[in-house]
Amino acid sequence: MTAALEVKNLHASVADQPILKGIDLLVKQGEVHALMGPNGSGKSTLAFTLAGHPAYETTAGQVIFDGEDLLEMEADERSRAGLFLAFQYPAAVPGVTLAKFLRQTINSRMQAKDPDSKGISIPAFRRFLTEKMNLLGIDPKFAGRYLNEGFSGGEKKRVEILQMATVEPKIAIMDETDSGLDIDALRIVSEGANRLHKELNMGVLIITHYQRILDYVKPDHVHIMFDGRIVESGGPELALKLEEEGYDWIRAKYGVAEEA
Amino acid sequence: MSNFTKDAVQKLSAFLNEPEWMLEFRLKAFEVYENTLMPTIKEEAWRRTNLRQMKFNEFGPSINGDAATDSEIPSFLGEQLTEDKVGGNLLQIDGVTQQYEISDELTAQGVIFCDMHTAVSQHPDLVKKYFMTEGVKVTEGKFAALHGAFWRGGTFLYVPRNVRADAPLHTVLWSVNGRTFTHTLVVLETGAEAIFMDEYASADGDAQGLHNGVIELLVGDNANLVYAGLQDFGQNVWQFNHERGRVGRDGKLDWVTSIMGTRLTKAFQTLELDQPGSWGRMSGIFFTNGRQHLDMDTEQNHNAADTVSDLLYKGALREKSRVVWQGMIKALPDSQRIDGFQANRNLMLDQTARADSIPGLEIEADDVRCTHASAIGKLDEEEIFYLMSRGIPRETAVEMSVQGFFDPLMRRIPFEGIRTRIFDRIVEKIG
Ligand SMILES: Nc1ncnc2c1ncn2[C@@H]1O[C@H](COP(=O)(O)OP(=O)(O)OP(=O)(O)O)[C@@H](O)[C@H]1O
Ligand SMILES: [Mg+2]
Repeated sequence: MTAALEVKNLHASVADQPILKGIDLLVKQGEVHALMGPNGSGKSTLAFTLAGHPAYETTAGQVIFDGEDLLEMEADERSRAGLFLAFQYPAAVPGVTLAKFLRQTINSRMQAKDPDSKGISIPAFRRFLTEKMNLLGIDPKFAGRYLNEGFSGGEKKRVEILQMATVEPKIAIMDETDSGLDIDALRIVSEGANRLHKELNMGVLIITHYQRILDYVKPDHVHIMFDGRIVESGGPELALKLEEEGYDWIRAKYGVAEEA
Repeated sequence: MSNFTKDAVQKLSAFLNEPEWMLEFRLKAFEVYENTLMPTIKEEAWRRTNLRQMKFNEFGPSINGDAATDSEIPSFLGEQLTEDKVGGNLLQIDGVTQQYEISDELTAQGVIFCDMHTAVSQHPDLVKKYFMTEGVKVTEGKFAALHGAFWRGGTFLYVPRNVRADAPLHTVLWSVNGRTFTHTLVVLETGAEAIFMDEYASADGDAQGLHNGVIELLVGDNANLVYAGLQDFGQNVWQFNHERGRVGRDGKLDWVTSIMGTRLTKAFQTLELDQPGSWGRMSGIFFTNGRQHLDMDTEQNHNAADTVSDLLYKGALREKSRVVWQGMIKALPDSQRIDGFQANRNLMLDQTARADSIPGLEIEADDVRCTHASAIGKLDEEEIFYLMSRGIPRETAVEMSVQGFFDPLMRRIPFEGIRTRIFDRIVEKIG
């Protein structure tokens, strides 16, 4: 059975401020969706709410993931259930090396299934990590560095994809993974996402402002978010239209006049 | 009535079969002890540490070590002795040696590594020259004097000129009777090098215990010492320590302190950079919980030009524990071009804990670079969420975050086995 992420009339607030005002969205395993929309429209808020960030409070609506009530789960359970979020601005974790962190993500999964599990052996993990890092063109030296500490913007994004490749999610949300990447990195990261999409039938929700990542990871559906709602959904042509025309027509159609 | 009497000094010295000069040393120290008042919060150095709840009259000297046996040592300490490649092992209970070994290589090199009492009888000239003369002096305070009179057990490490000790050395000082007065004396001659792990521990007990220790680290010209003092006493122990490191021309002292245990610790730790090119680094790792009270007074004394000191003390605090760190960097008028740094960072895991950070500078030279920083922080919830968002349960995420906080300092402890043990202890304390 393929898993799906089903968002129904989702309302969420941050600091008592309503941001999401009724989101409906269905992303199935194997599908690629793009979510676009002007700055501040609530795209990252949707991503954080789905990932279970404690600062984001759901005030109405429902989210079903792989047949289960996602909103009832803690952030770590959501991840283990197969939902992944590649962060727009990943946090640094000083003192915890990338290798130690990745190994723990694997071990936590093994231990959730079997509390007595000793986790992945060090040699097996080393082999696994070397292979994944090679594929994503990440210097092996990064394994010994503290997670995201002093990483450049592009390095952080690659490492987000490395994490995605490590935990092999059913559905991944990629929040502006393309921003800050140079042209080669964009290709490598996109190939990484495509590979998981093809090999694991991973579903993808790509949050982006630009067409260029969509040239690599081709969306089946494109959605436009505006003021906390998805106001338009369509095929790939919708992204091209935005690239051409910007958001003025969306504002004219759905919004109040832009503040002077 | 105190059990610390002149008669007790004589009994202890006689029990140990000490030479006359050591008895005299003890008696002189006892005189200083008798003429010094018990510190109170009216004294600046003790302003934040109140001894009212200490039952001092229930304490007493450890004369015969109360015949403890090594079967009472938790097995993990014993295991540690064989884990890494160590050149010398010393295991004591209440100051009485239970296990001792030193490699043939070290002996051939002329390295002396033995318990302090053996040093008194076999290396009297060295002990006379260095014991509480250049490092800590009995006149430094009530507890320095008490130690001078009643010291019992501890380690003597001597590395001759231009000898690089073939392997690290390791001492474990375990306490059963809750009365320990251990003395660590390390002497590195010109160009000598050594790594020494010095561990202090005991199980929790009901009655109050006392640890009254002195640590003296004398690093000669061009010599290089890595010293880690790792304390994990039960939370019934009251600890009063005087510690001093002295570094000669172009010498290096890398000094790590880890404090996990005791009900109360008051430690004076002083680094003396005596000659141009002296370098000293002080690293502090501590974790307090319950009602633990930890008060550290550190001094970085730049007694010569072109000296470098670097202090970083990091602690995590839980429940109603309290930590005081008071640091001072001093530079004499001629100590130009020195570089002094001190920083204290505390991670408050509960709001009920309290930390005071009091950095200070007394700089009489003008061409210097001295900086200090102190910071109090909480767990970073964004960091925890990030870890959890990868499937790591909250409990594990918190452990990783706290371990990460300590990691840069933990890397300065040269033994994997000891690092792991401290990490485990930290995890246990997170609860
Ligand atoms: N923690 C917060 N506290 C207060 N306001 C917040 C918080 N997080 C988000 N917001 C507000 O919610 C709104 C939506 O923000 P969000 O980050 O979801 O936008 P976005 O669509 O991802 O924008 P961008 O394209 O710039 O990344 C913004 O007005 C933002 O200021
Ligand atoms: Mg965003």
